[in-house]
Amino acid sequence: MVEAAPVNDLLFGTLALTGADWFGLFLHFAMLSLLAIGGAITTVPDMHRFVVAERGWLDDATFSGSVALAQAAPGPNVLFVAVIGFNVGGLAGVAATLAGSLLPSTLLTYTVARWGEQRRDQRGVRAFTEGMAPVTIGLLLATSWILTEPTRTSAVGWLLFAATVVWMVRTKWSPLWPIAAGAVAGALGWV
Amino acid sequence: MSVGPREAASAESPAAGPASLTEIFLAFNRLALQGFGGVLPVAQRELVERRRWLTKQEFVQLLSIGQVLPGPNIFNMALIFGDRHFGWRGGAAALAGLLAAPLVIVLALTLLARQAAHLPQVAGALRGMGMVAAALILSTAVKVSGTLRGNAMGLATCIALAALTTAAVGVLRWPMALVLAALGPAAWSVAWWKLRR
Repeated sequence: MVEAAPVNDLLFGTLALTGADWFGLFLHFAMLSLLAIGGAITTVPDMHRFVVAERGWLDDATFSGSVALAQAAPGPNVLFVAVIGFNVGGLAGVAATLAGSLLPSTLLTYTVARWGEQRRDQRGVRAFTEGMAPVTIGLLLATSWILTEPTRTSAVGWLLFAATVVWMVRTKWSPLWPIAAGAVAGALGWV
Repeated sequence: MSVGPREAASAESPAAGPASLTEIFLAFNRLALQGFGGVLPVAQRELVERRRWLTKQEFVQLLSIGQVLPGPNIFNMALIFGDRHFGWRGGAAALAGLLAAPLVIVLALTLLARQAAHLPQVAGALRGMGMVAAALILSTAVKVSGTLRGNAMGLATCIALAALTTAAVGVLRWPMALVLAALGPAAWSVAWWKLRR
C-alpha cells in the first residue's frame, strides 16, 4: 500500500477523479480542440475556466506554471496540454487531455484538408479566415491576461513581462533567454 | 495515396521527398526537438532549406491550409505532408515524430519540478517563467496584429471584435464555445459582405 502509492499517483494523480470526471476532462478538451482555430494556446482561457474555476483541480499558480514549463521545453507548444493533464491526473490525465486536444482536430484535418485546399480562394472560406483573425488575437490577449493571474501584484513581474515583449517584437533572438531570465528572477524571490 | 498539388510544383521542387516512413518520423522528430517556443520556424528551415522536400511556395500553401483548420498548425501541416507521401501511415509517422520525444522530455521536467516543489526557489522560478510565458503569448498577438491592417473588415471592426473577445473570454470568463457561437457568425457575415465585388 505504502509502496504502491507513488506509482498510483504517477498513473492517476492524487485527486481521486471519478469516471465521470475523466470523461468530462476528455470531452472538454475535445470540444476545445475543434474551437482552436488560432492554435491550442487560444483555448487556454477556457481550459483555465474548466480546470481551475469550475472543477478546482488546479490552482492558478500550478496552471500558469504548467504552460510555462511546456514553453521552456523543446517541441510543439500544444504539449502544455499534456502538462496540465499530468498535473490533474497523472499519465491517465495526459491521455485524456492530449487525446482530447488532438483527435478531433486531426480527424477533421484528415478529412477536410483537401476540400479546403481546393477552395482556399473562395469567398466563404476567405470570409472565415478574415473574420476569425481578430477573434484569434482577442483570444491570445485573454490567454496572456489569465497567465499573469498568480503574479499580477509583482512590479518585477511586470518589468519582466514588458522586457520580454520588447525582446520578442523587436529582435529575432530566441525566447529561451527571457524564459531563463524569468526562472532566475523567480528563483531569487524577486517575482 | 493522395498526391494533390505537389505535381503542379514538382518542376521547381529540388528533391524527391521522403523515401520512407522512418525518414518522415526522423525528420519531424529532429525539427520538434529543435523547436523552443514554437516549431514552425524550424519546420521551414528543415523541410524547405535542409531536406528540400518542399519549395518555399509549397510550404506557405501548406501553412495557410493548416491555419484555416482547427488544431495546432504544425500538426495539421505534418499530417497533410505525411499523407501526401505515404497516405495515413505517413501522416501518423509525422505526428509521432513531432510528439514522442518532446512528450517524454516535458513530462520528465514536470516530475522533476514536482519533486522539488517544496523548495521556494522552484516555485518562484515557475512564477517567473509563467509571467514570461504570458508575455510570449502577448508578443505573438502583437506580431500577428500587423496583418489586421489589410483585413477586409476594416481596422475599426477588427479592433472592436478583438476587444469584445478579450473582454468576454478573458475578463468576464464566459465559456469560449458560447462567445465563438455569437461572434463567429457575426464576424463571418461582416467579412462576407465586405468581400463582395
